[in-house]
Amino acid sequence: MESTNVQRQTEPEAHITVQDLTMAYGDFVIQRDLNFSIRRGDIFIIMGGSGCGKSTLLRHLIGLKAPARGKVLYDGTSYWDAPPSEQERIKRGFGVSFQSGALWSSLTLAENVALPLGEYTDLGPAGIAEVVSLKLSLVGLAGFEEFYPSEISGGMQKRAALARAMALDPEILFFDEPSAGLDPISSRRLDELILELRDSLGTTIVAVTHELASIFTIGNNSVFLDAEKRTMIATGDPQVLRDTSPDPVVRSFLNRGEP
Amino acid sequence: MPRQLRLEFPSPDNLRLVLAGSWLLTDTPPFPGNIGQQLQTRSDIRKISFDGMAVTKWDTGLLTFLARVYQLAGEHRVAIDPDGLPDGVRRMMTLATAVPPKEDTGRHGEEAPMLERIGLVAQAMWRAAPEMLRFLGEVTLSLGRLFRGRAQFRRSDLLLVIEDVGPQALPIVALISFLVGLIVAYMGAVQLAQFGAQIYIANLVSLGMTREMGALMTGIIMAGRTGAAFAAQLGTMQVNEEIDAFRTLGFNPIDFLVLPRILALVLVMPLLVLYAGIVGITAGMFVSVTAFDIGTFEYYQQTVRSMEWTHIWVGVIKGTIYGMLIAFAGCLRGMQCGRSAQAVGEATTSAVVTGILFIVIAASLLTILFQQLGI
Repeated sequence: MESTNVQRQTEPEAHITVQDLTMAYGDFVIQRDLNFSIRRGDIFIIMGGSGCGKSTLLRHLIGLKAPARGKVLYDGTSYWDAPPSEQERIKRGFGVSFQSGALWSSLTLAENVALPLGEYTDLGPAGIAEVVSLKLSLVGLAGFEEFYPSEISGGMQKRAALARAMALDPEILFFDEPSAGLDPISSRRLDELILELRDSLGTTIVAVTHELASIFTIGNNSVFLDAEKRTMIATGDPQVLRDTSPDPVVRSFLNRGEP
Repeated sequence: MPRQLRLEFPSPDNLRLVLAGSWLLTDTPPFPGNIGQQLQTRSDIRKISFDGMAVTKWDTGLLTFLARVYQLAGEHRVAIDPDGLPDGVRRMMTLATAVPPKEDTGRHGEEAPMLERIGLVAQAMWRAAPEMLRFLGEVTLSLGRLFRGRAQFRRSDLLLVIEDVGPQALPIVALISFLVGLIVAYMGAVQLAQFGAQIYIANLVSLGMTREMGALMTGIIMAGRTGAAFAAQLGTMQVNEEIDAFRTLGFNPIDFLVLPRILALVLVMPLLVLYAGIVGITAGMFVSVTAFDIGTFEYYQQTVRSMEWTHIWVGVIKGTIYGMLIAFAGCLRGMQCGRSAQAVGEATTSAVVTGILFIVIAASLLTILFQQLGI
């Protein structure tokens, strides 16, 4: 297993560690022997060609799917070996922005953001409304509180989903294809927002994407999954991988097919 | 000019296909057999080349022809020299052959033999049983949390579902119950009239509607109307990853989505059953008064005399149990839904079928039970 270019000199503590992870649906193995770690404050990119299991890996990281083998550790605690109460505590630190947004379609944007706040904080209705307005204005959706998800565009839905994911000030934000379906300008604004969140709140960010522009703008660590070999073939800073990875598949991917 | 094909041998080991005319998909004659024949009989052919200078028009029709030639060449281990093909055709064929077909996808076109398919279906059904039990367990736990006041759901959701399954269903329940009441009264009356005992229509209708038919018909309507709606709602939420969003935020989707739906139907069904009974009895009165010369007051008196509280209770209890089963089936199929539009359709169908199946089984069991208890 190569662990190219992980900068071990100044290594901060590992926030998420994946150990010998094998992912499978029934007997069908999607990826095996994954080993990598995500440091606190990283913007970590999960990349690879279509159908290699990126989204499945994300589902493992957010506790939706149990590994066929191996472990996922958060601050050294193995999620799938922990008791349910501990799992709940770990999950409380996650914010997830799903590929399709996954806003609750029967609730307004404000209610979508407010729901987790009402459940997990002691805020009263007025306090919640304040937080909701703030979060929606952070993603540029102030004034859309009373809209239902079906009444706004796909790009706005994604941003609203981000606002919901940020509602509880999560330690780790997960993004599934954040910029898919966004125009270049919105996509870039989203990248800037992600960087800002990391810089100002110290949030660890894990994103599945194959948008090269995004990968190089925001990513400082990554893992590359290969559909053919059904395992990871590189991990590390995407810019470094682009120029110096010994694996031609990785270099070709990061250079848009040019060797 | 229509398509033309000539076979030439510039050298003994080289088969050249000379193509001319227009090769379009709209006029595709069967694949000529002589190419395969030549490859079969003349084992000294090492190469197939082309002369496409005279091709005037081409589209996918030519490409599928060439794909067959390429395949034949592969089977006979003969090389292909595409240089003589028109430029665009050559590039398209290069594109089509660039990625070799994937072999290990685990999907093969041919259908499994009959026995194997029966076995697979049986296995799938066997696997479905524990899944249903697990769901039942989760719902039970969730009900437990509800009684301890710790279930996470919004009161407003419950009220919305109640509005949806209750008041909104009144017209259709009324229509069906009225017609069923009409049928029961008429069928009975024709027989009873032979003995001059038309007045007993009132007994027949009131007993039938309150004890059996009211609950059964309402149950079947609600399975088609509400069970399907539950499955479609939850299934679509599954497709949109909304249910995953609940899970990752630590909300229990059973508490949040399934519980209010089951509660709503359990609360509403008894009322709907009573309503169906009243409408059915009214229909019976309508038949008796208009067709069989029984006075309105007379019919009313007979109904009151024949009615017992136990009949009403039995009907209401049955209806409540049907409601629980319908909501259970609808939510189960919705939560099991796959991630495609097709899967939502299947979940909806399955919810109705499962719901009606549950109702019929429960109806038989309850009828036997009440009979045995002498109620």
